[in-house]
Amino acid sequence: MAKGVMIVAEQRDGALRKISLELASTARKLADQTGDEVSAILLGAGIEGLAAELGKFGVDKVFVGDNAALEPYVTEAHADATAKIIKDNDPAIVLFGASVQGKDLSARVAAKLATGLATDCTDVKVDGGKMVATRPMYAGKCFGEIVIEATPQIASLRPNVFPAAENAKAGAVTKVDVAVEAQKSKVLEVQKDTSGKVDLTEANVIVSGGRGMKGPDEFKILEELADVLKGTVGASRAAVDAGWRPQKDQVGQTGKVVSPNLYIACGISGAIQHLAGMSSSKCIVAINKDAEAPIFTKADYGVVDDLFKVVPELTAVCKKLVA
Amino acid sequence: MNIIACVKQVPDTEAQIKVKADGSGIEEGQIKWVMNPYDEFGVEEALKLKEKNGGDVTIVCVGPARAMETIRTALAMGADKGVHISDPAFDNADAYVIANALAAVIKTLPHDIIFCGQRAIDDDAGQVGAMLAEALNVPQLTIVTKLEYAGSSVKVIRPIEGAQLSIETALPCVVTCQKGLNEPRYASLPGIMKAKKKPVDVKNAAAIGVATDAKAKVAKTVPPPARPPGKIVCGDEPAQKAAELGRLLREEAKAI
Ligand SMILES: Cc1cc2nc3c(=O)[nH]c(=O)nc-3n(C[C@H](O)[C@H](O)[C@H](O)COP(=O)(O)OP(=O)(O)OC[C@H]3O[C@@H](n4cnc5c(N)ncnc54)[C@H](O)[C@@H]3O)c2cc1C
Repeated sequence: MAKGVMIVAEQRDGALRKISLELASTARKLADQTGDEVSAILLGAGIEGLAAELGKFGVDKVFVGDNAALEPYVTEAHADATAKIIKDNDPAIVLFGASVQGKDLSARVAAKLATGLATDCTDVKVDGGKMVATRPMYAGKCFGEIVIEATPQIASLRPNVFPAAENAKAGAVTKVDVAVEAQKSKVLEVQKDTSGKVDLTEANVIVSGGRGMKGPDEFKILEELADVLKGTVGASRAAVDAGWRPQKDQVGQTGKVVSPNLYIACGISGAIQHLAGMSSSKCIVAINKDAEAPIFTKADYGVVDDLFKVVPELTAVCKKLVA
Repeated sequence: MNIIACVKQVPDTEAQIKVKADGSGIEEGQIKWVMNPYDEFGVEEALKLKEKNGGDVTIVCVGPARAMETIRTALAMGADKGVHISDPAFDNADAYVIANALAAVIKTLPHDIIFCGQRAIDDDAGQVGAMLAEALNVPQLTIVTKLEYAGSSVKVIRPIEGAQLSIETALPCVVTCQKGLNEPRYASLPGIMKAKKKPVDVKNAAAIGVATDAKAKVAKTVPPPARPPGKIVCGDEPAQKAAELGRLLREEAKAI
C-alpha cells in the first residue's frame, strides 16, 4: 500500500530554492501524524550535496537523480524521471512547490500517473488517513477543500505560506539512475534578472505602486522604501499597462499571486482583480488619499493621505527602526 | 498551419462569488460569463499565426450549453470552426478529465500547435495545458509571453522567478499563454455576423469516449477566512502618521 510523504525539491544553479525547505517542513508535519517517512526527489547535475540540507529540514531519504541532461530544467525530462521515482517508491502523498517550475512539472507528472492534483494550496492536512488540501479558487473569493481519489495524492504548495523549520533527520542519499531520452525542447538562453531583487512570489516585503504614482520616475520613492525593508517593488495593472513598470511586476488576477509578510500598497485603489493577487499577504498596509478606496477593506493598517508625503517619511522611520 | 485554441467560459473578474449554504459549490445565478482572459491570449496568438502563415484555427471547448457563447466569441474574433464538448457528466470534472476530453477531440484533428490559457480564473488550477500535452504525448511550453514560429519549431520566452528562459521546441506542442503575449482583438460587427454561420460540432462524453470521473474532487467550498478589521493610522501630519505606522508595524504586527 502507498505509504509516506514525498516532496519534489527544486534547485536552481546548484542551490535549493526556499520552497524546497517549506515543502520538507510541511511533509515532516504530515508524516509525523502517521509515523511515516519523508522522502525527497532531487534532480539536476552535481547536486548530491544538497541532500544534507533537505535532511536538516526533516527529510529522511533523498532520491538523487544526477544527470547533465537534467540541467537546466526541461519539463519532459524531469517529468519522466519524477514520475518513475514516484512509481517505484509508491508514496501516499506527493508535494510540489507551486512555483513556475513546480506548476509546470506537477501537472505533467499527475497526468502521467493518472492521478489528481490540488494546485497552489495554502493548507494541507491529513484527516482520516486522507490528504485534505485547501486552496483559493475564484481569485481567493472562495476556498476549496480538495481530496484526491487516486494514488498518489498530489498537491502543490503556494510559496511563502508554509513555514520552513529545522527538524534534523538523516537525509540519506539514494542515487537513482535516470535515463534521459533525446528532448524535443531545448533551453537556448537563461537571461537572469540582474536587479538583485527577490522575485515577488518569494519576497518577504513588497512595496507596490499603482496609478496614484503618477509616472515611472516616481517609483523611485517606493524603491527606496523597499531597499530599507529588503523588499521588492510590485505594481498594479494600471501601472504596468501605462508602461511604468514591467509585466513581471504586476500583482493580481492576471499577474502574480503573492503572500509576503508585509504588503504595502501605495496609490492602489484595491480593485477586485488586484486584491486577488495579494489578499493572502500576512500584513497589509494601504496608503491612499481616498478614504473610500476599497483597498482599506483589506488593509490591516490604513493611512489616508498623500503618498508622496507619507512614503518618504515612512522610509526615514523604517531606516531608524531597522538600524 | 493547423492551429487549435482551447477556451473555457468563466465568471467575469468582477463577479461576486457566493458559496452555497451547504458548501457544495458556488451560486451561479447572478454571474456574468466571459471567455477566460488567458484563453483570449491563446485565440489572439492563433489568429496571428494564421494571418502570417495561412491555415485554420479550430476552437475546442469543454463546457455546458452556455459556453457556446464563448466559442462564438472566438469565432467572431476570426477563428474558423469549433468543437463544443458538452455533457452534464463533465459538471464536476477536474483538469485530468478535461485534458483527456480535449485530447480525445484534438487527436482526431490535424494539429501543429495548441494554445491554452496558462490558467482559468475560476478554479485557478493551471493544469489543463500540461495534462493535455501529456495526453497528446507532445512537449509543453507553459506561461509563455513571446512566441516566434519557425516552420517545424517555435521559439518562446517563459518568465520564471528572477529570470527569463528562451526555449525552442519541435512542433506539435502545447503552449499556455500568459499576459504580455499579445493584445487580444475585439470581435468586429461583421465578425459577429459571420461567426453565426461558422460550423460548431457538439459532442457528448460518449461520442468522444472518455471517462468523466474526477480524480481531484472539491469536497467542500468555503468562504475565504475573515480578516480582522483594520486600523486607520492616526496623526495630524504625514510625518506623524508615518511614525505611528512604523511603530505599529514594528511592535504590533512584528512585520519589520
Ligand atoms: C480581466 C481583468 C484582469 C485584471 N487583472 C489585474 C491584475 O492582475 N492586477 C491589477 O492590479 N489589476 C488588474 N485589473 C485591473 C483592475 O480592474 C484595476 O483597473 C486596476 O487594479 C487599477 O489600478 P490602480 O489601483 O493602480 O489604479 P486606480 O484604480 O486608478 O487607483 C489609483 C488610486 O491611487 C490613489 N491616489 C492617487 N493619487 C494619490 C496620492 N497622491 N496619494 C495617495 N493615493 C493616491 C487614488 O485615490 C486611487 O485609489 C484587471 C482588470 C480586468 C478587467
